[in-house]
Amino acid sequence: MREKKIKTTSPSLEWNYSPALESTSHLKLKKQYDLFINGEFVKPSSGKYFDTINPSNEEKLAEIAHANEEDVDKAVKAARKAFTEVWSVMPAKERAKYIFRIARIMQERSRELMVVETLDAGKTIRESRDVDVPLACNHFFYYAGWADKLEYAFPNRTVKSLGVVGQIIPWNFPLLMAAWKIAPALATGNTVVLKPAETTPLTAMLLAEIIKESGLPDGVVNIVTGYGDTGAAIVNHPDVNKIAFTGSTNVGKLIQKAIAGTDKKVTLELGGKSANIIFEDAAIDQAVEGIINGIFFNQGHVCCAGSRLFIQEPIADKVIKKLKERMQTLQVGNPLDKNTDVGAINSQEQLDTINRYIKIGKKEGAEMFQPACKIPEKGFYCPPTIFTNVAQSNIIAQEEIFGPVLTIQTFRTVDEVIQKANNSPYGLAAGIWSEKGAQIFNVSSKLKAGVIWANTYNKFDPTSPFGGYKESGFGREGGMHGLASYVKLSNK
Amino acid sequence: MRLEILKTYKLYIGGQFPRTESGRFYTPKNKKGAPLGNMCLASRKDVKNAVSSARKAFGGWSEKTAFNRSQILYRIAEMLEGRRDQFIAELVKQGSTLKQAGEEVNLSIDRIVYYAGWCDKYLQVFSSVNPVSSSHFNFSLQEPVGVVGVIAPQDTSLIGLVSAILPIIAGGNTCLVLASENIPLCSITFAEVLNSSDVPGGVVNILTGNEKELIETFASHMDINSVLYGGASKENIQLIQELAVVNVKRVHYYPMNWSNEDGQSVYLINDFQEIKTTWHPIENIGGSSSVY
Amino acid sequence: MKNSKLKFPDLLSIPKIDKVGVEERVATFQTRSIKNESKIQGLNMILNMIDLTTLEGKDTPGKVKQMCYKAMHLHDSFDDLPTVAAVCVYPSMVKIAKDEVKNSGVKVASVSTAFPSGQSPLDVKIYDTKFAISEGADEIDMVISRGKFLSGDYNFVFDEIAAIKDICGKVRLKVILETGELVTLDNVRKASEIAMYAGADFIKTSTGKIQPAATMQVTYTMLLAIKDFYQKTGKMIGMKPAGGISTSKLALHNLVMVKEVLGNDWLNNEYFRFGASSLANDVLMQVLKSKTGVYQSPDYFSID
Repeated sequence: MREKKIKTTSPSLEWNYSPALESTSHLKLKKQYDLFINGEFVKPSSGKYFDTINPSNEEKLAEIAHANEEDVDKAVKAARKAFTEVWSVMPAKERAKYIFRIARIMQERSRELMVVETLDAGKTIRESRDVDVPLACNHFFYYAGWADKLEYAFPNRTVKSLGVVGQIIPWNFPLLMAAWKIAPALATGNTVVLKPAETTPLTAMLLAEIIKESGLPDGVVNIVTGYGDTGAAIVNHPDVNKIAFTGSTNVGKLIQKAIAGTDKKVTLELGGKSANIIFEDAAIDQAVEGIINGIFFNQGHVCCAGSRLFIQEPIADKVIKKLKERMQTLQVGNPLDKNTDVGAINSQEQLDTINRYIKIGKKEGAEMFQPACKIPEKGFYCPPTIFTNVAQSNIIAQEEIFGPVLTIQTFRTVDEVIQKANNSPYGLAAGIWSEKGAQIFNVSSKLKAGVIWANTYNKFDPTSPFGGYKESGFGREGGMHGLASYVKLSNK
Repeated sequence: MRLEILKTYKLYIGGQFPRTESGRFYTPKNKKGAPLGNMCLASRKDVKNAVSSARKAFGGWSEKTAFNRSQILYRIAEMLEGRRDQFIAELVKQGSTLKQAGEEVNLSIDRIVYYAGWCDKYLQVFSSVNPVSSSHFNFSLQEPVGVVGVIAPQDTSLIGLVSAILPIIAGGNTCLVLASENIPLCSITFAEVLNSSDVPGGVVNILTGNEKELIETFASHMDINSVLYGGASKENIQLIQELAVVNVKRVHYYPMNWSNEDGQSVYLINDFQEIKTTWHPIENIGGSSSVY
Repeated sequence: MKNSKLKFPDLLSIPKIDKVGVEERVATFQTRSIKNESKIQGLNMILNMIDLTTLEGKDTPGKVKQMCYKAMHLHDSFDDLPTVAAVCVYPSMVKIAKDEVKNSGVKVASVSTAFPSGQSPLDVKIYDTKFAISEGADEIDMVISRGKFLSGDYNFVFDEIAAIKDICGKVRLKVILETGELVTLDNVRKASEIAMYAGADFIKTSTGKIQPAATMQVTYTMLLAIKDFYQKTGKMIGMKPAGGISTSKLALHNLVMVKEVLGNDWLNNEYFRFGASSLANDVLMQVLKSKTGVYQSPDYFSID
């Protein structure tokens, strides 16, 4: 018998994950991206471009055209022409097939889309791969099917398209938000002028390429990149019939005001400060996962993030302990690494905002905890952060931070927590964790929020309507109810 | 000859009939210049009080069973039917012909019956179970938006008022209503109908007064969730929409003739509803391949 | 009972389990990408954590001897491979196995207590265990009485484990819950608590005779129970998923799960084992693939 080195027990070794970077070799990003107007990529009339950078290492990715009023006007005119001459007169079942085709090409190019999304937005590749891109494709699939079935969504009504819709989307889910906006608008027979956020325009431009490849008639979708001034040009354009906006409550209010007195319809999907409520009878370990997913998913850049945690007092210490331990296992760093859980903050500006709130939280006397984690030297990063000893009157418990920052409050009774959860100008979402069905139904019916996640959090689906109460905006996106934002109804 | 007893028209707030806290009144006149009566000229503070009452009543009203709300609405129709003559007299006094007045009252009663019937049905028609691609049960249903401020249509005294109020309360909201300024008589009489129909105090609050003076308070009050503007003035609607921004109010206006069939629709109930979507995991034990 | 320090767990205070949440969490372990260095290190750890098992009615001394040789010589064309942790056999084969692996460091584990059903009187189970120990077993893998558990007789289950533990003394006791028969994760959690409080050194998912066996959901649930128990009592309980883990990928995901739930302290064969018969060769093929760069064929790996 050969002698062998025998280890009865292997010593406890540190076992860590080697870097597992998603390959970028298949990408062919252009140096410069132009505006997508009337089915063509055209230079901005001002000749001006701005840089879009990779927030995980601050390297420039590409130059992006800056559209001004003239460009927006061109886009709206193209959309109007496409609406009157082509899209509104096309049989609905043909419309459906175009949308379906876009979905298929997106699916085929999903690997490219997910990598570009991660590069441009700083979100983890795991999320781009498993959440953003598949959901975006599925949104197109879902609404493709609605195009020729609209009369089933609105019983006893005649359904008409609105015309040209202007859509302004945020940087937290760049491609997914484009899908949320474009897919239902097309299904209902409208034409589109879309403006992606200035920090994350790349996947929208890839989507423009996909749309062109799909053969969608020229001008049905136009994509204009730029800053707030570009968005304002869309909002104020007299020939736009509807504005759909997702973004901050402040900008939403400006838009609501700007279109006052016009015939423009508007839907707003704005900010939030959503309560995530853990009752003492909750499945505690899954609740902890729900807390993690609620606030650290997409670095907390989620309008419906569960940023206010309420824990019932008997289990508060236990939950906080488990939460802190769980936070230690979060991998923070390069978003392109397949093992990264928390990626880069979207921009320097947003990082500054988050850090300002963290400072405020400390100043307010709340107790901060961040797990030990190595953060890359370049790029914008913020470790997962929680604050305990927080009161309802703390600023960090009232204002939307839009980052991986959680405030934790405790409560005693169901009555108290409903009041505290509703005690906010916002009303986007809420989480409830309890194993008692009757309690879940009671609390969910009393929370003023558009989405209730019971024993889960941050779940999205094309069939599921999303949108808020109160200052979180109005109108719904997704599902059958999402169609209502894009149609005009009249008596049969 | 018997001296007629004139009716004192007061406000209707929180199930009570108070005078305006401001002590002011105005005297609208009919087309021939004859005074219709002394009406309270409600103040901003009356609006504020009406909002408080509506807010207080919201919890109870929105949580009543749909069947119960429906019963109460049917009761309103019954009460109105019983007081047809009074409304016809008021409408005539305000300038309608007898025939017109009769038709308006009939239409109003029928409209209330229409909405009473919807109370326990609109949820069934417009809610959905959403087949999400994960192991969750997901459903969307409507919930009342909250407290609604109503600027009633100014060109009618009764049908506009009824058409604006009913879809709002059928959907579980509470409201405060500014009645037609120039032909306000039916509004306070309708308040008496409401008050005797098991409608809890505060669910509907009715004010009379000057639209121009109060419209800004309706639009800007932070505890009003939605505004229905029943008038036709472009200027007013712009003003409301601009001021509504403070708390992202949902503003609806309906430039239409409320006496038409368009004047009633379940979609008007929908306009004052939020959609709430709820998710819950479905535990799947046994697996889809199991035969049960 | 000798060991009067044992305390029956408070079953009311144990956490409820939401299965869908567990599935989601497990899916995140499965998306971990284990590459390069960490993969090679992980594969070696897996080999060293295997309880190489044969538990068949047709087991013979010849079969057991061959398996024992494999346990010590996984693939002798490479020098730096570890041995497996133990061989796992029926009581009647303990002596044969013990003679084969003596001085190698490979342990002999014996199933007992009327494995796999456990449907015998306590006396028989005690004798079964005593016999295995007297034949030289280093570890005992007992089964719980699932029938009693499912009829709510938790005290019976607890007392039985405690009685076997009494006999084991220093011999390490693994308690098989047979989770496929317990069906729900709430039951798995409850049975884990009972076993740990009754004195188990290890908790183990399955006998390998019932499907489903060691699903990641079940193992995750048991790891959480071990974690809570450790935080309450300071005692580290080992974990042994058994049955159904036959690929390197699945085994690596199990390691990921142990690391992220319990930490590196549990990542050795003192506290984590795989009960498996065909896993070893799959891991060996992966190890050789990473050493040689070419994909492997089962024909080149012994199947003892």
